[in-house]
Amino acid sequence: MSLALEVAGVYKFFGDFPALRDVSFKVAPGSVVALLGRNGAGKTTLLRIMAGLSQPSQGSVKVNGAEAREAGTRRRIGVLGHSISVYDELSAHENLTMFGSLYGLDDAGKRADAMLDRVGLGRVRDGLAREFSRGMRQRLAIGRAFLHDPELLLLDEPFTSLDDKAIAVLQTMLKEMRDRGRTVVMSTHQLREAMELSTHVTFIQRGEVAYDGERQDEMLKDTSWLYRTYGDN
Amino acid sequence: MRQTILFLLAAVFAGILLWNGATILDLPQQVTNVGAYKIIYFHVPAAFTAFTGFVTALVASILYLATGKLRYDAFAAGVTEVALAFATANLISGMIWARYAWGIWWTWDARLTSMLVCLLMYYGYVMLRQAITEPTQRARLSAFMSILGCINVAFVYQSIAWYRTQHPSPVLGFREGGGMGPGLETPMYWNWLAMLCLATILASVRMRQGEFATEIDSLRRQAHSH
Amino acid sequence: MYLRQIWTIAAKDLRSEMRTKEALNASVAFSMVILILFSFAFDQAEDLKGLLGGLLWLAYAFAGALVLNRSFARELQNDCLDALISSPAPPSAIFLGKALANFALLMAVELISLGVFAILYDVRLSGKLGLLSLVMLLATWGITVIGTTFSALTVNLTMRELMLPVLIYPFLIPVLMSAMILTTDLIAGVPIATNLVWLRVLVAFDIAFTAVTVLYIDVVLVG
Repeated sequence: MSLALEVAGVYKFFGDFPALRDVSFKVAPGSVVALLGRNGAGKTTLLRIMAGLSQPSQGSVKVNGAEAREAGTRRRIGVLGHSISVYDELSAHENLTMFGSLYGLDDAGKRADAMLDRVGLGRVRDGLAREFSRGMRQRLAIGRAFLHDPELLLLDEPFTSLDDKAIAVLQTMLKEMRDRGRTVVMSTHQLREAMELSTHVTFIQRGEVAYDGERQDEMLKDTSWLYRTYGDN
Repeated sequence: MRQTILFLLAAVFAGILLWNGATILDLPQQVTNVGAYKIIYFHVPAAFTAFTGFVTALVASILYLATGKLRYDAFAAGVTEVALAFATANLISGMIWARYAWGIWWTWDARLTSMLVCLLMYYGYVMLRQAITEPTQRARLSAFMSILGCINVAFVYQSIAWYRTQHPSPVLGFREGGGMGPGLETPMYWNWLAMLCLATILASVRMRQGEFATEIDSLRRQAHSH
Repeated sequence: MYLRQIWTIAAKDLRSEMRTKEALNASVAFSMVILILFSFAFDQAEDLKGLLGGLLWLAYAFAGALVLNRSFARELQNDCLDALISSPAPPSAIFLGKALANFALLMAVELISLGVFAILYDVRLSGKLGLLSLVMLLATWGITVIGTTFSALTVNLTMRELMLPVLIYPFLIPVLMSAMILTTDLIAGVPIATNLVWLRVLVAFDIAFTAVTVLYIDVVLVG
């Protein structure tokens, strides 16, 4: 069975500074990986490379055996970043059909309707995103990331700014993805939420992988255990 | 090694300056009714040097995009800045001569105008570089702009030349109808060589500074990451 | 697929612009102001006929910068650009989609201004509109390509709005010059055959810069 994600020898330089140093790990299909590390450790840089937003200076990122920057690969990836990435001047439905059509979905309109119902925005489908409350916009963003039914979902700090309802929606959808054998990689500070969902943990420290493996029970019980055991300070 | 080369270039520069300067001083004060023509020995080589610089910067920019090595970016940046200085020298010497020969400081002549446009365009390049702090991003974006700039130089030159020209007709032997007369043209090429030496020295110093700046930036990032 | 992606992005930009009309209104208003100011500048001018093309294109170029400034800046709100780039749409499709939307907006501003210009400066356009629109289409695409490219280039800079005009106008000189000459002569009734060289400059400029940008836009958009 091919790997859902294979990061091999990835370096990323900003000037001469290596933000990522020889990062390698493999993710089997159906895993939920929590990408942990302090601020500035390189989590976002790594996620951006996986999402095809940035090129590695060296090394490669393969999704199902294909390069991350290939259009065919990006069709299988869903991305949810820090910010919501929806257009304020478009309605909820227009936002989703727009992205659906970029992803080449033939039934973008229908899928958008179904998705809006799932994230609880079905009744306001024609409302402009700018008129929505913060939580509603967040749910719209979640809908956008899940719309094309990605095989690999990349989340950058998903739980940090979400309101309760959006967290509930996201958790339900993530669990459902996990149950359907889809792969999730999420970077996060919110250890508890991430730990409960995750099957694997990749811990990054100063641009290098300090721990990569299955989630251990100690990590669930004591959130700083990982930092104490594998971190160097 | 680097130092030796730079000192050698400086020696060549000084040598040509003395010897060629003496040759130029010995030339007659006036040729075919053109007075103060000797400024051409400064004016034309400065333009040549500027263009050599812009083209070199283009090559370095393409090399950066192909290889991703920041050295090429530092080189392109250094060369462009030095070329800008020579372009300015070219314009100012041209203006001084225009004032003497035509009684006006500026005329919307094709080559003067084109050089001014180039100056503004590459000034934009320098501005763009200053506005970006992350070295790799700066390198990517400015390399792209350098490529666009070189294409535009071709368009600007051709179209302004079609539009108007008041410039003295071709003076150099390699162009049709050109030729300055025996013994008058060679010192110009020697001066070009001297200016190229000087430009190389200056560009190399700027490149070094650019590399140090990148290193400092990286060290700062390193410090913040701890 | 590629065409659909281009169209999706263009339609998205046009739709959100039509909802607020921010850039459009500002740009049309600015172009009016410029046209009116010119009437004072050239109040005493003997022969206004020779200036008309230049006047019109200066108004277009300055008013156009307002539209172009908004182009990629629109994506900054909520970091939408990241969502576009991580989608399967290639960077060149994103670029062309946004360029197409800008082109439509610029043409709209230009057509409105052209009408006002014709009235204010008593310019008879009947019989010249065909060639004039050809010039406008070619030159406007040139302005669009350069403007959209630099809009992408400066999108992450804090001084974005100051930088864009400084960067684009030197690049637009061949386009504006050709368009000015062609327009002035068209209005004066000079046959186009004498000015074919300027049409060729416009076509060559459009082709060269569109090609280079489509080839290299990855470098700009994907870090």
